Amino acid sequence: MSAITAEQVAHLANLARIDLSPEEITNLTLDLGQIVDSVAKVQEVATSDVPATSHPMPLTNVFREDVVVPSLSVEQALSGAPARAGDKFRVPAILDEE
Amino acid sequence: MTELIRLTAAELSSRLQDKSVSAVEATQAHLDQITAVDTDLHAFLYVAADAALATAARIDARRAAGEELGPLAGVPIAIKDVLTTLDMPTTAGSKILEGWVPPYDATVVRRLRAADLIPLGKTNMDEFAMGSSTEHSAYGVTRNPWDRDRIPGGSGGGSAAAVASFQAPLALGSDTGGSIRQPAAVTGSVGVKPTYGAVSRYGAIALASSLDQVGPVSRTVFDAALLHDVIGGHDPLDSTSLTDAWPSMAAAATAGLKDGALKGVRVGVIKELSGSGFQAGVTQRFTETLALLTAAGAEITEVSAPNFEYAVAAYYLILPAEASSNLARFDSVRFGIRVDPAEGSLTSEHVMAATREAGFGPEVKRRIILGTYALSTGYYDAYYGSAQKVRTLIQRDFAAAFDQVDILVSPSAPTTAFKFGEKLEDPMAMYLNDITTIPANLAGVPGMSIPIGLAPEDGLPVGLQIMAPARADARLYTYGAAIEQLLEATWGHTMLDQAPALALATTAKGAI
Repeated sequence: MSAITAEQVAHLANLARIDLSPEEITNLTLDLGQIVDSVAKVQEVATSDVPATSHPMPLTNVFREDVVVPSLSVEQALSGAPARAGDKFRVPAILDEE
Repeated sequence: MTELIRLTAAELSSRLQDKSVSAVEATQAHLDQITAVDTDLHAFLYVAADAALATAARIDARRAAGEELGPLAGVPIAIKDVLTTLDMPTTAGSKILEGWVPPYDATVVRRLRAADLIPLGKTNMDEFAMGSSTEHSAYGVTRNPWDRDRIPGGSGGGSAAAVASFQAPLALGSDTGGSIRQPAAVTGSVGVKPTYGAVSRYGAIALASSLDQVGPVSRTVFDAALLHDVIGGHDPLDSTSLTDAWPSMAAAATAGLKDGALKGVRVGVIKELSGSGFQAGVTQRFTETLALLTAAGAEITEVSAPNFEYAVAAYYLILPAEASSNLARFDSVRFGIRVDPAEGSLTSEHVMAATREAGFGPEVKRRIILGTYALSTGYYDAYYGSAQKVRTLIQRDFAAAFDQVDILVSPSAPTTAFKFGEKLEDPMAMYLNDITTIPANLAGVPGMSIPIGLAPEDGLPVGLQIMAPARADARLYTYGAAIEQLLEATWGHTMLDQAPALALATTAKGAI
């Protein structure tokens, strides 16, 4: 058994910026333990002589000419925003008052 | 109008071209079928009836004026809700994007419109394409047209159910670990995952960027080829898009219909994708298909891909890792919903966490947390790093296999459509369902699912998966069309002619 604890799940949820209820943390702790046990199998064959592959097709950096091309207008870019202030995205406070 | 909806896209296209049918009539017939059956099946999340009819009328006017139009002009199509559309909401099956109307079209959608296909609406899917059953949609399940108590596959259950129930002749899907091929298998339809980079991902809401690929969903191999020709090819807006000059997939499919198309073709059967864990009826239909291939002159060889055993494990590390990063964009600032926390200060961080708690479903949370874990300091090398090495080993298995054979085959899925709820409480059971389809995504090679019969024990469709080397998508269409022709000649009808639930759906039409 992998040792995934409720504290760990709560910490991961905080890193991932998802509030979780105590019930969700309990369920996820169980699920994650099972899943991690199962996927840990990759370590059986992942020996040091095997190079890692991050991408299915070998691609190098893709560049284009540095020219202006059409892009979204301000109105289009803001069209899906939950809140706006004039021509800007309106966001909640970045820093806590404390 | 029933007859119109049962035409293949190619047949409908020729009737549109000889003007015996108008695009408005074709569109109306499909909208009528949606009205008749989709309250029950729920393949669509959004139907653009008025826009579809208006587009159809414009195409009819242009055709009447003598304008030369493309081969699929006037043919209706359904679009998976993971693809952005200017004039239709795009939610990816998630509450966090409820009501979002994107300010741009996905490249594949832009190409559909340029080719004068008629978008009918957006199809249901597992939230952010995370799932194999469409049960993880935030908007309710889609039912399998063959049996309303069973899953239509996933994540693209909506697109597969739409074509299988004659609500559209064509649909677009996306395939990260089988989301086009497995729904095709369990609904008796055709689905293709092209080579990674063969079709643009621009405007496809990203799940796992190194695995995602957009592809065609249809009822015949030739129709899938026609659609592939419309959506494929280089797109400068997707930096992973391949710059290859592609052959015509429609021409490749036509080549497969010639006598002797299968003669001398080297077909590899993957040893690791058979045997225990596969439903008896699935194995039976698969074995029968191999016998048909042999009789048609193909050479069947068993090949071993020893590392496929590790594919599901590697996939469920790589996918969550990439997804946890991709889904960070849902931050309650630029698009989607915003939810204030019930308590505590209203900072961006707290609002983001409350929004994601309310907007994401359980499977999305599970995978984001798993991905965050796999990428954490201290675990990275053991999990994500090891999974990337397995990816190399799987690519080597494919390379060794394709040294010996032209195409690889396996059942598309280990079982036929399972019942709702059967695997919902056991994430690993759900994940293992993708064992057949995941290797192709890890290696970037193209794969296709075509129907090969019904499992005798439950009367439900079984699919054959065909895989080819990267960039050899044309091979799938040639041999896929050849095998489809062979099977239909044996049966004396198409697969979907046997669908019992569709008869029920037609009865329901009378009742409405």
